[in-house]
Amino acid sequence: MGIRFILMVNKQGQTRLAQYYEYLTLEERRTLEGEIVRKCLARNEQQCSFVEHRTYKIVYRRYASLFFLVGVDNDENELAILEFIHLLVETMDRHFGNVCELDIMFHLEKAHFMLEEMVMNGCIVETSKNNILAPIQLMDKAS
Amino acid sequence: MSGTGGPSLIDSLFQRTLDDLIKGIRLHIPGASQSTFISKSLDEIRREIKSTDLQTKSIALQKLTYLHSLHHIDMSWAAFHAVELTSSSSFIHKKTGYLAASLSFRSSIDVLLLLTNQLRKDLGSNNQHEVSLALECLSVICTPDFARDLTPDIFTLLTSSKSFIKKKAIACLLMVFSQYPDAVRVCFKRLVENLESAGDNNAQVLAATVGVFCELATKEPRSYLPLAPEFYRILVESRNNWVLIKVLKIFAQLGKLEPRLAKKVVEPICDHMKRSEAKSLVFECVRTVVSSFYEYEFAVKLAVEKIREFLMDSDLNLRYLGLQGLLLVAPHHLWAVLENKEVVIKSLSDVDRNIKLEALRLVMSMVSDDNVVEICRVLIGYALKSDPEFCNEILRSMLSTCSRNVYEIIIDFDWYVSLLGEMARIPHCQNGEEIEFQLIDIGMRVKDVRPELVRVGRDLLIDPALLGNPFIHRILSAAAWVSGEYIQFSRNPFEIMEALLQPRTNLLPPSIRSVYIHSTFKVLSFCLHSFLLPEEGVNSSLIKVDDIEPGFTYSESEQEFTENDHATSYSSMHKGDTFTQESIVNVLTLVITSLTPLTESHDVEIQERVRNVLGLAQLAQEEICSHHDQKEKMVDKVDLKTSTIVRLINEAFSEDLGPIPFNAQERVPIPNGLVLEDNLSNLDSICADVQLPINESFSLIKPTFLPTDGDSTSNQQNEEDSEVSAAESTSLLAEHRKRHGLFYLPSDTNKKASSSFPPANDPKQGDNDVEDLVKLTEESLVLKRKPNLSRPRPVVVKLDEGDRLPITVKKTDENDDLISGAVRDVLLGNEATSHSNNPSGRRKGKSHSKDKVENSETSSSSKRRSKHRSHGKNVEEKDENSEKSKQKSGGRHKSRRRADGHIDVAVQKPVIPDFLL
Repeated sequence: MGIRFILMVNKQGQTRLAQYYEYLTLEERRTLEGEIVRKCLARNEQQCSFVEHRTYKIVYRRYASLFFLVGVDNDENELAILEFIHLLVETMDRHFGNVCELDIMFHLEKAHFMLEEMVMNGCIVETSKNNILAPIQLMDKAS
Repeated sequence: MSGTGGPSLIDSLFQRTLDDLIKGIRLHIPGASQSTFISKSLDEIRREIKSTDLQTKSIALQKLTYLHSLHHIDMSWAAFHAVELTSSSSFIHKKTGYLAASLSFRSSIDVLLLLTNQLRKDLGSNNQHEVSLALECLSVICTPDFARDLTPDIFTLLTSSKSFIKKKAIACLLMVFSQYPDAVRVCFKRLVENLESAGDNNAQVLAATVGVFCELATKEPRSYLPLAPEFYRILVESRNNWVLIKVLKIFAQLGKLEPRLAKKVVEPICDHMKRSEAKSLVFECVRTVVSSFYEYEFAVKLAVEKIREFLMDSDLNLRYLGLQGLLLVAPHHLWAVLENKEVVIKSLSDVDRNIKLEALRLVMSMVSDDNVVEICRVLIGYALKSDPEFCNEILRSMLSTCSRNVYEIIIDFDWYVSLLGEMARIPHCQNGEEIEFQLIDIGMRVKDVRPELVRVGRDLLIDPALLGNPFIHRILSAAAWVSGEYIQFSRNPFEIMEALLQPRTNLLPPSIRSVYIHSTFKVLSFCLHSFLLPEEGVNSSLIKVDDIEPGFTYSESEQEFTENDHATSYSSMHKGDTFTQESIVNVLTLVITSLTPLTESHDVEIQERVRNVLGLAQLAQEEICSHHDQKEKMVDKVDLKTSTIVRLINEAFSEDLGPIPFNAQERVPIPNGLVLEDNLSNLDSICADVQLPINESFSLIKPTFLPTDGDSTSNQQNEEDSEVSAAESTSLLAEHRKRHGLFYLPSDTNKKASSSFPPANDPKQGDNDVEDLVKLTEESLVLKRKPNLSRPRPVVVKLDEGDRLPITVKKTDENDDLISGAVRDVLLGNEATSHSNNPSGRRKGKSHSKDKVENSETSSSSKRRSKHRSHGKNVEEKDENSEKSKQKSGGRHKSRRRADGHIDVAVQKPVIPDFLL
């Protein structure tokens, strides 16, 4: 499994989206998120985007006030994951139009929907923005 | 909105939406008020979710999912409602239900069974989005039951004309396989077919397929070797970087197994490396080459070139990856690291901790026995400058690198021991435990270093400032132990005694303080021994006494030692003038005054040891002082009671402690006629018979142990408890050893006499039997060494098997084994059940399977597959040949075969070249 989890966290360290691809108990999630937030948010712009944590490698990137953190296996390609994060942000941007923290908060289901289109079982299955957004647009039209 | 019941109508009308909930949470500041709000909302949700109105239920579930996902609220109680919503005809409700399920379900939830039918229905739906929802959910929450029941449905979806569905079905397979390996037999062929999908429409299908294979191959690569041609084609033809990266990862695994394959793929990989603009792909190429194809000089050169570009880049991420790349090259091509040495060393002071860490790892990879001194000096410098966390990281890696393989790279142990002492003085040092271990370990293993060890220990002990730092206490404990154990090498035992008894030792925790006190005991007995029995000399303390009668062998061994052991001779030079009557009296006074208050200590360990020391000290003081007062000239010190006791004690302490392998117990041979019972339940009744004969036997034993001192033993009975117990333990130990010598590590004297236990690393007996249990002090080597040799590496005592506990190798998941076993069967043409939806069909006999293969082949026209089949047949014809090679192959294969219930799985190796060419 390449991707283990995807987190979106704001500057204050509050989780805004959490998607796990392996089962963790609530307690495990809480501690994991706490540790990662502490580790990554303390870093500054002059530091690289990769952090080793426990058995994971965390690839993260900050966009405005939001941190996108992806936990991957140790042999996963870090640069590819960075590109994936960027793709995710671009996709959200296209859908919400200049996406911000609030968009994700109030449309958590949609954010999950996008992720489901992009990643399955921790593998990236879709990289075309049009394809990712097609089902959501369809759903928006229907409702 | 149409509520049916009274409360649910009200609930529906006044229900908070998800937006309301989020806004509410935002209004309350995190902390108490927010959690009150959340628990209030939870109560609402509990009520609303029971509503019969699906809209109300759906919103309640949405809110709950939100709270679960972002505020870690348990929602397992709502599992049933989630299942209920998945069966709704409304897509939105269904989606809410599935999202809740995939975010919160786990295999232990009992309502999972209820979901099976709904999943099956949705997997077969005409609406591709419903199918997609079911697949996505299944890919997260799949259990063995789901996988078994739904494999046929997924199998159908694998041929879907819509790539939207197909790619998801493929990605879902990974989870299904891992939960239910038998699904491999059903679906694997269709999965393989998808490797051939091409064209824009199918790009994502290919990506998903390659992704699945990449994961499968990481777990157990060997089974996928036959697919190498397909992967090769993708490697050459694909222009999709995501896919290429995954294929490279597959080849990194396969290349390690099959050198001929490596030869073939290394060219195209280099092409990608040269041409690609995408750094991610370039880096993946680099990683593949340096980790799997490191034998190909030109490829490695190119990769190192790329690594250098990364290292020189202004982008921090690339620099980090460059260092990682170097780390991968290091084991096989150290030149690449040395070439970039400056960058590496410079990175040690980077602002980014991660980069510093990578650099540190690289520096450690460069360490060899030639440069370890130099590198450690540089690193200590960095450690002093760094922040505490990184400083300890540096120390940790130095300690682990230097102690690797029993201090393999250390030649100058004097230097290393003083380095350890230096580390202890670094203000942030928190590696006390490891340093403690190594100081003691080296003391026991390396005889030649003991004088230096004692010097380092002394420097640490006499510094009162160090006692105030709790991180160093463990190191001080080691220093105290070393100083006590090897006190004969000390230049000034009195100084050590003072250090051990200094007032600030009350800052130490009791466990360490008792080590201090015990060392005091050793030092005291050593001083008394040197004073009272000078003719026996310091050297007697080095001699293994156990089976030797005193006064008989001493002279002989003493000569050996004084001639050859320079360390001993230098310390003995001092003895004459050091141990005067006056100094001994002073020491005794010091011991008694400093330790007396501790007899009231609350810690039993301290109390007991203090009493032991005091017992000896008071007795000695009494006797020595009385003689002093009477001004008798040159009392015959040997006649004193103290002398006898001190001799006994010293003999006990002179037993050289050696490292003990963790499995020593197992190696003790079981004596003939001894029946070891598994069940120890009747042990009590046996013990009842043996009621404490020990007390009586001890007085009888002593004379046999020391016949010359027969008189004094009876006196000893009347002595204070402490002395008795000390002497008692000596004699008991000796007696025990005599009786049960079998269970003890053989002592040196035994070894010299019988040499039935040769030392493990005695060069003369290089090929000695590793099974032998060895206690290694390498006496023979030390004796023969020419003094004019310029500092050869001292002997390091090694145990032939693991010195520390071995790291247990992680067993591969049983499921992985099953998967790869099934994959083998399918790939090698044993496709008996690939078209049968009944998974238990695999248990049918071989004769059936042949027919079925024929059947399935008629429906397929693929060239490749007919090839597979012919191989399968070949294999079956060659059954007899392969039988042989099977026997050679390890237990891993065996167990896999057993798990499959198949005997005719062929060994793969001979088959591969045909696929490749």
